Amino acid sequence: MKPASFIYHAPRSTDEAVSLLAELAPQDGRILAGGQSLVPTMAFRMARPAHLIDINGIAELAKLSVSGLVLSIGACVRHAAFDSDTVPGVTGDLLRKVVHNIAHYPIRTRGTFCGSVANADPASEWCCVMASLDGIAVARSQRGTRRLPASEFYQGIMATALAEDEMVVAAELPMLPAGTRTGFVEFSRRKGDFAIAMALVAYRLENGAMVEPRVGIGGAEAHARRIGAAEDALRGQAPGAEAFSAAGVAAAAAIDPLEDINNSADYRRGLVRTLVTRALESAA
Amino acid sequence: MSERHDINLKINGADYAVSVEARRTLVDTIRDNCGLTGTHIGCEHGVCGACTVLVDGEPVRSCLMFAVQAQGREIRTVEGLQQGDRLHPLQEAFMQHHALQCGFCTPGFLMLAVGVLEKHADLSDEELIDVLSSNLCRCTGYENIIKAVRAVAESMKARP
Repeated sequence: MKPASFIYHAPRSTDEAVSLLAELAPQDGRILAGGQSLVPTMAFRMARPAHLIDINGIAELAKLSVSGLVLSIGACVRHAAFDSDTVPGVTGDLLRKVVHNIAHYPIRTRGTFCGSVANADPASEWCCVMASLDGIAVARSQRGTRRLPASEFYQGIMATALAEDEMVVAAELPMLPAGTRTGFVEFSRRKGDFAIAMALVAYRLENGAMVEPRVGIGGAEAHARRIGAAEDALRGQAPGAEAFSAAGVAAAAAIDPLEDINNSADYRRGLVRTLVTRALESAA
Repeated sequence: MSERHDINLKINGADYAVSVEARRTLVDTIRDNCGLTGTHIGCEHGVCGACTVLVDGEPVRSCLMFAVQAQGREIRTVEGLQQGDRLHPLQEAFMQHHALQCGFCTPGFLMLAVGVLEKHADLSDEELIDVLSSNLCRCTGYENIIKAVRAVAESMKARP
Protein backbone atom coordinates (compact mmCIF):
# COMPACT_ATOMS: atom_id res chain seq x y z
CA MET A 1 0.00 0.00 0.00
CA LYS A 2 2.96 2.31 -0.58
CA PRO A 3 3.33 4.05 -3.94
CA ALA A 4 6.22 2.92 -6.14
CA SER A 5 9.20 5.22 -6.61
CA PHE A 6 8.94 8.19 -8.92
CA ILE A 7 10.90 11.32 -9.67
CA TYR A 8 9.25 14.49 -8.42
CA HIS A 9 9.13 17.73 -10.38
CA ALA A 10 7.65 20.98 -9.09
CA PRO A 11 7.40 23.52 -11.93
CA ARG A 12 6.64 27.15 -11.07
CA SER A 13 4.91 28.15 -14.30
CA THR A 14 2.54 26.58 -16.82
CA ASP A 15 5.19 26.94 -19.53
CA GLU A 16 7.61 24.97 -17.40
CA ALA A 17 4.94 22.34 -16.67
CA VAL A 18 4.08 21.72 -20.34
CA SER A 19 7.77 21.64 -21.24
CA LEU A 20 8.35 18.98 -18.56
CA LEU A 21 5.28 17.10 -19.75
CA ALA A 22 6.53 17.07 -23.37
CA GLU A 23 9.82 15.62 -22.16
CA LEU A 24 8.51 13.20 -19.52
CA ALA A 25 5.13 11.98 -20.81
CA PRO A 26 6.86 9.49 -23.17
CA GLN A 27 8.74 8.23 -20.09
CA ASP A 28 5.48 7.63 -18.17
CA GLY A 29 5.33 11.08 -16.62
CA ARG A 30 2.03 12.39 -15.31
CA ILE A 31 0.56 15.57 -13.92
CA LEU A 32 -0.19 15.61 -10.18
CA ALA A 33 -2.91 18.10 -9.19
CA GLY A 34 -5.03 17.36 -6.10
CA GLY A 35 -3.98 13.72 -6.16
CA GLN A 36 -7.22 12.48 -4.61
CA SER A 37 -7.71 9.90 -7.38
CA LEU A 38 -4.13 9.43 -8.59
CA VAL A 39 -2.48 8.85 -5.19
CA PRO A 40 -4.87 6.05 -4.09
CA THR A 41 -4.35 4.44 -7.49
CA MET A 42 -0.60 4.66 -6.88
CA ALA A 43 -1.02 3.20 -3.39
CA PHE A 44 -2.68 0.18 -4.99
CA ARG A 45 0.17 0.13 -7.56
CA MET A 46 -2.41 0.28 -10.32
CA ALA A 47 -0.56 3.41 -11.43
CA ARG A 48 3.22 3.52 -11.28
CA PRO A 49 4.23 6.76 -12.97
CA ALA A 50 7.98 7.20 -13.35
CA HIS A 51 7.70 10.98 -13.01
CA LEU A 52 5.15 13.23 -11.33
CA ILE A 53 4.85 16.85 -12.38
CA ASP A 54 3.27 18.59 -9.39
CA ILE A 55 1.36 21.68 -10.56
CA ASN A 56 0.22 22.78 -7.09
CA GLY A 57 2.89 25.46 -6.86
CA ILE A 58 1.81 27.25 -10.04
CA ALA A 59 0.00 30.37 -8.85
CA GLU A 60 -1.42 31.26 -12.28
CA LEU A 61 -3.39 27.98 -12.31
CA ALA A 62 -5.27 28.76 -9.08
CA LYS A 63 -7.49 31.40 -10.72
CA LEU A 64 -11.25 31.24 -10.74
CA SER A 65 -12.71 34.12 -12.75
CA VAL A 66 -15.83 35.29 -14.52
CA SER A 67 -15.39 37.17 -17.76
CA GLY A 68 -18.60 38.17 -19.51
CA LEU A 69 -20.69 35.02 -19.79
CA VAL A 70 -17.84 32.58 -19.16
CA LEU A 71 -16.64 31.08 -15.89
CA SER A 72 -13.00 30.06 -16.16
CA ILE A 73 -11.70 27.51 -13.65
CA GLY A 74 -7.91 27.16 -13.41
CA ALA A 75 -6.27 23.75 -13.06
CA CYS A 76 -5.53 24.16 -9.34
CA VAL A 77 -8.98 25.37 -8.23
CA ARG A 78 -10.17 22.96 -5.53
CA HIS A 79 -13.65 21.46 -5.29
CA ALA A 80 -14.15 23.39 -2.03
CA ALA A 81 -13.94 26.71 -3.91
CA PHE A 82 -17.47 26.08 -5.16
CA ASP A 83 -18.83 25.64 -1.64
CA SER A 84 -19.01 29.43 -1.24
CA ASP A 85 -20.53 32.42 -2.98
CA THR A 86 -17.41 32.96 -5.12
CA VAL A 87 -19.26 32.13 -8.34
CA PRO A 88 -22.33 34.36 -8.75
CA GLY A 89 -25.67 33.71 -10.40
CA VAL A 90 -27.42 30.57 -11.51
CA THR A 91 -24.19 28.76 -12.42
CA GLY A 92 -22.80 29.43 -8.93
CA ASP A 93 -26.01 28.11 -7.34
CA LEU A 94 -25.84 24.97 -9.46
CA LEU A 95 -22.16 24.31 -8.65
CA ARG A 96 -22.96 24.71 -4.94
CA LYS A 97 -25.71 22.09 -5.26
CA VAL A 98 -23.32 19.71 -7.02
CA VAL A 99 -20.18 20.12 -4.88
CA HIS A 100 -21.70 18.55 -1.75
CA ASN A 101 -22.09 15.29 -3.64
CA ILE A 102 -18.35 15.01 -4.28
CA ALA A 103 -16.65 12.59 -1.89
CA HIS A 104 -16.07 14.18 1.54
CA TYR A 105 -14.94 17.49 3.03
CA PRO A 106 -11.19 16.72 3.31
CA ILE A 107 -11.16 15.39 -0.27
CA ARG A 108 -12.84 18.58 -1.48
CA THR A 109 -10.13 20.73 0.12
CA ARG A 110 -7.45 19.04 -2.07
CA GLY A 111 -9.09 17.62 -5.18
CA THR A 112 -9.43 19.92 -8.18
CA PHE A 113 -12.19 20.61 -10.71
CA CYS A 114 -9.87 20.22 -13.70
CA GLY A 115 -8.27 17.09 -12.24
CA SER A 116 -11.71 15.46 -12.19
CA VAL A 117 -12.36 16.71 -15.72
CA ALA A 118 -9.10 15.19 -17.00
CA ASN A 119 -9.45 11.96 -15.01
CA ALA A 120 -12.81 11.40 -16.77
CA ASP A 121 -14.22 8.94 -14.27
CA PRO A 122 -17.75 8.06 -15.46
CA ALA A 123 -19.05 8.86 -11.95
CA SER A 124 -17.44 12.31 -11.74
CA GLU A 125 -19.92 15.04 -10.90
CA TRP A 126 -17.83 17.73 -12.61
CA CYS A 127 -17.70 15.68 -15.82
CA CYS A 128 -21.51 15.60 -15.73
CA VAL A 129 -21.55 19.38 -15.25
CA MET A 130 -19.13 19.84 -18.16
CA ALA A 131 -21.21 17.63 -20.46
CA SER A 132 -24.57 19.08 -19.40
CA LEU A 133 -23.52 22.73 -19.75
CA ASP A 134 -21.33 22.22 -22.86
CA GLY A 135 -18.20 23.18 -20.96
CA ILE A 136 -14.83 23.52 -22.64
CA ALA A 137 -11.58 21.87 -21.57
CA VAL A 138 -8.62 24.12 -22.36
CA ALA A 139 -5.70 21.83 -23.25
CA ARG A 140 -2.16 23.15 -23.46
CA SER A 141 1.04 21.69 -24.76
CA GLN A 142 4.21 23.15 -26.19
CA ARG A 143 2.48 22.85 -29.55
CA GLY A 144 -0.23 25.30 -28.56
CA THR A 145 -3.66 25.54 -26.94
CA ARG A 146 -6.76 23.60 -27.95
CA ARG A 147 -10.26 24.35 -26.70
CA LEU A 148 -12.14 21.07 -26.58
CA PRO A 149 -15.93 21.04 -26.10
CA ALA A 150 -17.04 18.40 -23.59
CA SER A 151 -18.88 16.51 -26.35
CA GLU A 152 -15.51 15.94 -28.10
CA PHE A 153 -13.34 15.77 -24.98
CA TYR A 154 -14.96 12.72 -23.40
CA GLN A 155 -14.39 9.52 -25.34
CA GLY A 156 -14.95 6.65 -22.91
CA ILE A 157 -14.28 5.35 -19.42
CA MET A 158 -11.40 7.52 -18.17
CA ALA A 159 -10.57 8.27 -21.81
CA THR A 160 -10.35 11.78 -23.25
CA ALA A 161 -9.17 13.56 -26.39
CA LEU A 162 -6.07 14.83 -24.53
CA ALA A 163 -2.80 14.01 -26.25
CA GLU A 164 0.05 12.61 -24.17
CA ASP A 165 1.83 15.97 -23.99
CA GLU A 166 -1.28 18.03 -23.20
CA MET A 167 -2.58 19.12 -19.82
CA VAL A 168 -5.93 20.68 -18.91
CA VAL A 169 -4.96 24.18 -17.77
CA ALA A 170 -8.54 25.40 -17.33
CA ALA A 171 -12.17 24.47 -17.78
CA GLU A 172 -14.80 26.91 -18.97
CA LEU A 173 -18.50 26.88 -18.14
CA PRO A 174 -21.23 29.22 -19.33
CA MET A 175 -22.81 31.65 -16.88
CA LEU A 176 -26.42 30.52 -17.27
CA PRO A 177 -28.97 33.30 -17.83
CA ALA A 178 -30.88 34.64 -14.82
CA GLY A 179 -34.13 32.76 -14.35
CA THR A 180 -32.66 29.42 -15.44
CA ARG A 181 -33.93 26.64 -13.18
CA THR A 182 -31.50 23.89 -12.33
CA GLY A 183 -31.55 20.57 -10.50
CA PHE A 184 -28.96 17.95 -9.67
CA VAL A 185 -29.56 14.56 -8.06
CA GLU A 186 -27.34 11.52 -7.73
CA PHE A 187 -27.67 8.13 -6.09
CA SER A 188 -25.02 6.11 -4.29
CA ARG A 189 -25.37 3.43 -1.65
CA ARG A 190 -23.34 5.33 0.95
CA LYS A 191 -22.78 9.05 1.31
CA GLY A 192 -19.64 10.10 -0.56
CA ASP A 193 -19.39 6.93 -2.64
CA PHE A 194 -19.13 6.92 -6.41
CA ALA A 195 -22.56 7.59 -7.85
CA ILE A 196 -24.33 4.76 -9.65
CA ALA A 197 -26.12 7.42 -11.69
CA MET A 198 -26.72 11.17 -11.61
CA ALA A 199 -28.91 13.65 -13.45
CA LEU A 200 -28.42 17.35 -14.06
CA VAL A 201 -31.26 19.40 -15.54
CA ALA A 202 -31.70 23.03 -16.52
CA TYR A 203 -34.36 25.00 -18.36
CA ARG A 204 -35.90 28.46 -18.60
CA LEU A 205 -39.56 29.37 -18.76
CA GLU A 206 -41.01 31.49 -21.53
CA ASN A 207 -44.76 32.11 -21.50
CA GLY A 208 -45.19 29.14 -19.20
CA ALA A 209 -43.28 26.73 -21.47
CA MET A 210 -39.83 25.20 -20.94
CA VAL A 211 -37.12 26.48 -23.29
CA GLU A 212 -33.40 25.69 -23.67
CA PRO A 213 -33.78 22.41 -21.78
CA ARG A 214 -30.67 20.53 -20.73
CA VAL A 215 -30.69 16.97 -19.39
CA GLY A 216 -27.27 15.50 -18.60
CA ILE A 217 -26.67 11.98 -17.29
CA GLY A 218 -23.50 10.85 -15.55
CA GLY A 219 -22.39 7.67 -13.81
CA ALA A 220 -24.67 5.45 -15.89
CA GLU A 221 -22.70 5.31 -19.13
CA ALA A 222 -19.03 5.28 -20.15
CA HIS A 223 -19.01 9.06 -19.96
CA ALA A 224 -21.48 11.80 -19.09
CA ARG A 225 -23.47 13.38 -21.90
CA ARG A 226 -26.59 15.36 -22.75
CA ILE A 227 -29.59 13.23 -23.66
CA GLY A 228 -31.35 14.89 -26.58
CA ALA A 229 -34.45 12.69 -26.44
CA ALA A 230 -35.10 13.73 -22.82
CA GLU A 231 -34.62 17.39 -23.71
CA ASP A 232 -37.09 17.02 -26.60
CA ALA A 233 -39.65 15.70 -24.11
CA LEU A 234 -39.37 18.98 -22.17
CA ARG A 235 -39.00 21.60 -24.90
CA GLY A 236 -42.14 23.70 -25.30
CA GLN A 237 -44.02 21.85 -22.55
CA ALA A 238 -45.34 23.27 -19.29
CA PRO A 239 -43.29 22.13 -16.29
CA GLY A 240 -45.15 19.45 -14.38
CA ALA A 241 -45.49 15.78 -13.59
CA GLU A 242 -46.44 14.77 -17.13
CA ALA A 243 -43.44 16.36 -18.89
CA PHE A 244 -41.02 15.39 -16.10
CA SER A 245 -42.09 11.78 -16.23
CA ALA A 246 -41.85 11.73 -20.06
CA ALA A 247 -38.28 13.09 -19.86
CA GLY A 248 -37.34 10.37 -17.35
CA VAL A 249 -38.75 7.66 -19.60
CA ALA A 250 -36.98 9.11 -22.66
CA ALA A 251 -33.62 9.31 -20.83
CA ALA A 252 -33.91 5.72 -19.57
CA ALA A 253 -34.63 4.50 -23.10
CA ALA A 254 -31.78 6.51 -24.66
CA ILE A 255 -28.88 5.37 -22.50
CA ASP A 256 -26.50 2.45 -22.95
CA PRO A 257 -25.92 1.62 -19.29
CA LEU A 258 -22.72 0.30 -17.71
CA GLU A 259 -23.11 -2.99 -15.88
CA ASP A 260 -21.18 -4.14 -12.85
CA ILE A 261 -21.46 -6.77 -10.15
CA ASN A 262 -23.94 -4.70 -8.13
CA ASN A 263 -25.83 -2.85 -10.84
CA SER A 264 -27.48 -4.40 -13.87
CA ALA A 265 -28.28 -2.37 -16.99
CA ASP A 266 -31.97 -2.52 -16.12
CA TYR A 267 -31.34 -1.22 -12.63
CA ARG A 268 -29.36 1.72 -13.98
CA ARG A 269 -32.10 2.49 -16.50
CA GLY A 270 -34.69 2.52 -13.75
CA LEU A 271 -32.47 4.73 -11.65
CA VAL A 272 -31.92 7.21 -14.48
CA ARG A 273 -35.66 7.44 -15.04
CA THR A 274 -36.22 8.23 -11.37
CA LEU A 275 -33.28 10.63 -11.04
CA VAL A 276 -34.23 12.71 -14.11
CA THR A 277 -37.74 13.11 -12.76
CA ARG A 278 -36.47 14.01 -9.28
CA ALA A 279 -33.94 16.50 -10.64
CA LEU A 280 -36.71 18.19 -12.64
CA GLU A 281 -38.99 18.27 -9.58
CA SER A 282 -36.21 19.82 -7.51
CA ALA A 283 -35.64 22.48 -10.19
CA ALA A 284 -39.30 23.44 -10.58
CA MET B 1 14.98 5.81 -8.52
CA SER B 2 15.62 6.35 -4.81
CA GLU B 3 16.12 10.08 -5.22
CA ARG B 4 15.85 11.74 -1.81
CA HIS B 5 14.63 15.19 -0.90
CA ASP B 6 15.94 17.12 2.09
CA ILE B 7 12.96 19.07 3.30
CA ASN B 8 11.84 21.01 6.30
CA LEU B 9 8.39 20.36 7.73
CA LYS B 10 6.70 22.72 10.16
CA ILE B 11 4.50 20.65 12.46
CA ASN B 12 2.68 22.20 15.42
CA GLY B 13 5.04 25.18 15.18
CA ALA B 14 8.25 23.11 15.38
CA ASP B 15 10.67 22.49 12.51
CA TYR B 16 11.60 18.98 11.43
CA ALA B 17 14.42 18.51 8.93
CA VAL B 18 13.90 15.19 7.17
CA SER B 19 15.27 13.36 4.16
CA VAL B 20 12.55 11.49 2.27
CA GLU B 21 11.91 9.77 -1.02
CA ALA B 22 9.34 11.58 -3.16
CA ARG B 23 6.95 8.65 -2.76
CA ARG B 24 6.87 8.96 1.02
CA THR B 25 3.43 10.07 2.13
CA LEU B 26 2.97 12.90 4.58
CA VAL B 27 1.50 10.56 7.20
CA ASP B 28 4.43 8.13 7.06
CA THR B 29 6.79 11.08 7.40
CA ILE B 30 4.90 12.58 10.34
CA ARG B 31 4.92 9.24 12.16
CA ASP B 32 8.21 7.61 11.22
CA ASN B 33 10.55 10.50 10.45
CA CYS B 34 9.18 13.04 12.92
CA GLY B 35 8.11 10.57 15.62
CA LEU B 36 4.63 12.06 15.99
CA THR B 37 2.60 8.87 16.22
CA GLY B 38 -0.65 10.49 17.34
CA THR B 39 -1.74 10.61 13.69
CA HIS B 40 -2.95 7.14 12.76
CA ILE B 41 -2.79 5.25 9.48
CA GLY B 42 -5.89 3.30 8.56
CA CYS B 43 -6.67 2.48 4.97
CA GLU B 44 -3.80 4.28 3.20
CA HIS B 45 -6.01 5.18 0.28
CA GLY B 46 -8.07 8.12 1.42
CA VAL B 47 -11.22 6.40 2.58
CA CYS B 48 -11.14 6.15 6.38
CA GLY B 49 -9.89 9.58 7.45
CA ALA B 50 -7.81 8.29 10.40
CA CYS B 51 -4.78 10.21 9.07
CA THR B 52 -6.56 13.58 8.77
CA VAL B 53 -4.28 16.52 9.69
CA LEU B 54 -4.52 20.25 9.06
CA VAL B 55 -2.39 21.73 6.29
CA ASP B 56 -2.60 25.53 6.28
CA GLY B 57 -5.76 25.17 8.34
CA GLU B 58 -7.53 22.79 5.94
CA PRO B 59 -8.30 19.19 6.91
CA VAL B 60 -6.55 16.86 4.46
CA ARG B 61 -5.92 13.14 4.22
CA SER B 62 -2.20 12.90 4.93
CA CYS B 63 -2.01 9.52 3.15
CA LEU B 64 -2.98 11.26 -0.11
CA MET B 65 -0.29 13.91 0.03
CA PHE B 66 3.44 13.41 -0.37
CA ALA B 67 5.74 14.89 2.25
CA VAL B 68 7.64 16.85 -0.43
CA GLN B 69 4.39 18.69 -1.15
CA ALA B 70 4.03 19.86 2.44
CA GLN B 71 7.24 21.85 2.57
CA GLY B 72 6.63 25.41 3.71
CA ARG B 73 3.08 24.64 4.86
CA GLU B 74 1.75 24.86 8.41
CA ILE B 75 0.92 21.34 9.53
CA ARG B 76 -1.09 20.64 12.66
CA THR B 77 -1.57 17.21 14.22
CA VAL B 78 -3.39 15.94 17.29
CA GLU B 79 -0.26 16.53 19.39
CA GLY B 80 -0.71 20.26 18.78
CA LEU B 81 -4.22 20.49 20.23
CA GLN B 82 -3.32 20.37 23.92
CA GLN B 83 -2.01 23.67 25.35
CA GLY B 84 0.34 22.87 28.27
CA ASP B 85 -1.63 20.57 30.54
CA ARG B 86 -4.97 21.81 29.20
CA LEU B 87 -6.74 19.67 26.68
CA HIS B 88 -8.40 21.32 23.69
CA PRO B 89 -12.14 21.92 24.32
CA LEU B 90 -12.94 19.31 21.67
CA GLN B 91 -10.77 16.73 23.43
CA GLU B 92 -12.64 17.53 26.67
CA ALA B 93 -15.96 17.20 24.85
CA PHE B 94 -14.96 13.83 23.39
CA MET B 95 -14.31 12.61 26.96
CA GLN B 96 -17.53 14.07 28.35
CA HIS B 97 -19.74 12.71 25.59
CA HIS B 98 -17.97 9.35 25.37
CA ALA B 99 -17.19 10.03 21.71
CA LEU B 100 -14.53 7.34 21.53
CA GLN B 101 -14.14 3.74 22.47
CA CYS B 102 -11.04 2.15 20.96
CA GLY B 103 -9.69 5.58 19.99
CA PHE B 104 -8.12 4.61 16.68
CA CYS B 105 -10.15 7.08 14.61
CA THR B 106 -10.12 9.82 17.26
CA PRO B 107 -7.08 11.87 16.11
CA GLY B 108 -8.57 12.04 12.61
CA PHE B 109 -11.99 13.09 13.88
CA LEU B 110 -10.47 15.71 16.18
CA MET B 111 -8.41 17.31 13.42
CA LEU B 112 -11.31 17.16 10.95
CA ALA B 113 -13.69 18.83 13.37
CA VAL B 114 -11.17 21.40 14.68
CA GLY B 115 -10.31 22.40 11.10
CA VAL B 116 -13.96 22.82 10.14
CA LEU B 117 -15.07 24.56 13.39
CA GLU B 118 -12.24 27.10 13.19
CA LYS B 119 -13.66 28.18 9.83
CA HIS B 120 -17.38 27.76 10.34
CA ALA B 121 -18.59 27.44 13.93
CA ASP B 122 -22.12 28.16 12.69
CA LEU B 123 -22.60 24.79 11.00
CA SER B 124 -26.17 23.54 10.71
CA ASP B 125 -26.89 20.03 11.99
CA GLU B 126 -27.11 18.83 8.41
CA GLU B 127 -23.71 20.34 7.53
CA LEU B 128 -22.18 18.89 10.69
CA ILE B 129 -23.35 15.39 9.79
CA ASP B 130 -22.09 15.89 6.23
CA VAL B 131 -18.64 16.83 7.58
CA LEU B 132 -18.50 13.98 10.09
CA SER B 133 -19.50 11.48 7.39
CA SER B 134 -15.96 12.01 6.04
CA ASN B 135 -14.31 9.71 8.58
CA LEU B 136 -14.99 6.15 9.67
CA CYS B 137 -15.59 5.07 13.27
CA ARG B 138 -16.46 1.45 13.96
CA CYS B 139 -17.15 1.75 17.71
CA THR B 140 -19.38 4.66 18.54
CA GLY B 141 -22.11 4.68 15.93
CA TYR B 142 -21.21 8.38 15.46
CA GLU B 143 -23.96 9.77 17.69
CA ASN B 144 -21.62 10.68 20.53
CA ILE B 145 -19.08 12.18 18.14
CA ILE B 146 -21.84 14.37 16.72
CA LYS B 147 -22.86 15.39 20.26
CA ALA B 148 -19.30 16.29 21.24
CA VAL B 149 -18.67 18.39 18.14
CA ARG B 150 -22.06 20.07 18.41
CA ALA B 151 -21.38 20.98 22.05
CA VAL B 152 -18.12 22.69 21.13
CA ALA B 153 -19.72 24.42 18.14
CA GLU B 154 -22.43 25.78 20.46
CA SER B 155 -19.90 27.12 22.97
CA MET B 156 -17.87 28.71 20.15
CA LYS B 157 -21.02 30.40 18.82
CA ALA B 158 -21.92 31.63 22.33
CA ARG B 159 -18.49 33.25 22.69
CA PRO B 160 -18.62 36.83 21.41
